[in-house]
Amino acid sequence: MKQTVDVIVIGAGIVGAACAYYAARAGLTVAVVDRAGPVAGTTGAGEGNLLVSDKSPGPELDLALLSTGLWRDLAAQLPQGIEYEAKGGVVVAADETQWAALRSAAARQAAAGVTTREVPAQRLRDLEPHLAPGLAGAVHYPQDAQVQPALAASRLLHAAIGSGAVLHPGEPVTQVVVTPRGRIDGVRTPRRELRSPAVVNAAGPWSARIAELAGTTLPVMPRRGFVLVTEPLPRVVRHKVYAAAYLADVTSDSAALHTSPVIEGTPAGPVLIGSSRERTGFDRSLSTAALRRMALDATALFPVLAEVSVLRAYHGFRPYLPDHLPAIGPDPRVPGLHHACGHEGAGIGLAPGTGLLLAQALRGEEPAVDLAPFRPDRFPTPSPPA
Amino acid sequence: MPRDPAGLVRSRPQPAISIDYAGSTLPALPGQSIAAALWAAGVLSWRTTRDGRRPRGAFCGIGVCFDCLITVNGRPNQRACLVPARDGDTVTPQEGHGRADLAR
Repeated sequence: MKQTVDVIVIGAGIVGAACAYYAARAGLTVAVVDRAGPVAGTTGAGEGNLLVSDKSPGPELDLALLSTGLWRDLAAQLPQGIEYEAKGGVVVAADETQWAALRSAAARQAAAGVTTREVPAQRLRDLEPHLAPGLAGAVHYPQDAQVQPALAASRLLHAAIGSGAVLHPGEPVTQVVVTPRGRIDGVRTPRRELRSPAVVNAAGPWSARIAELAGTTLPVMPRRGFVLVTEPLPRVVRHKVYAAAYLADVTSDSAALHTSPVIEGTPAGPVLIGSSRERTGFDRSLSTAALRRMALDATALFPVLAEVSVLRAYHGFRPYLPDHLPAIGPDPRVPGLHHACGHEGAGIGLAPGTGLLLAQALRGEEPAVDLAPFRPDRFPTPSPPA
Repeated sequence: MPRDPAGLVRSRPQPAISIDYAGSTLPALPGQSIAAALWAAGVLSWRTTRDGRRPRGAFCGIGVCFDCLITVNGRPNQRACLVPARDGDTVTPQEGHGRADLAR
């Protein structure tokens, strides 16, 4: 069975869903293929962070600011709820050194269009009554927000389907079909052949494999992270609260285990406790070392959590690219191949901007944000084994 | 003689202890779970749900369903079907998550 569409999106996570949504609304015929189903990978293992606070001025912040506005629109437009909460973020500094660094980082972000508010130590408890004493200060970022990622991706896919997109769950891509002249011609799954002049690689941490199937390379690697889930509580954590040390962890290149506290309440009651980062391939085993460190980090920031039970933990794989920027847009090495992957831990937040920019690129329009920093061919080609 | 479970298995329990439930003193046999002691006293519901404040008590009785959560000596979210009653325990009906004290 052969079907022809304008674009095939590989991956039904949040990024694939956003690509399908904006492409379908731009009038393109879309097929979404996923080896499992919607939100079966990284999206289903995230916290739903829509952050501008953790980004330095530059292309990723531009994309985050674009996406922040788009999420606000989507929350109003999508017919069913996605638990969008414009709760704001609070980055806390443990000591005077961190406080000085945090303030100067915030000043640079403010110059780039981010709303920032300095919160001196004596005002911290007005913002977050349960914060530990002795912190040096914090910066409040009112633009930080949250969605429930599984709901958000499902609603986006549903809306894309309403605009004519077709979803093929449970179908791994076994072949990316390329014409003799090297152009994309479609994909094959065990159940069908789909023809299209455009394929979008939105396979998250598995995107390197799709690039390989298309005859090229993209060095996306999995970076494992855990989240602890507490028993339901009243609102003891009001914002997305994280330690300034988190910023250093996110930008580190180390494969070893890093943890730094990222704490937030949810509308359902449980508090979510992150974060950990380590590069261990696709190892799904539970790391008690990571969980113990995260729990200690969290209780240092919010001592009240020491008396609270953790009900469960979950984990997933962030799609990591070596320069911490996603790959977005056409791949000049394989005409017709597009990438929308490598967002690491920021994929939920950056998804709508990514989807919008990709839809613009697919229609040959000028993208709203310059795609040059996100070029998928910016990495050195690995030399073939000797 | 009433055919209660203790009689059926010919158990010879130690003397009853007592627990405080919502201000009244209830007897409990040593080793009996709090849920069993409450049932024996005719109390079938001791928690209300977070949404809708619907009544809850023992459902599975084997520690799996978490329906029977109760506050024991000030600690919320204890499974009444698993926690043994101890002499002098103060057992409090639980509203919702039982953590209202943390709301500030």
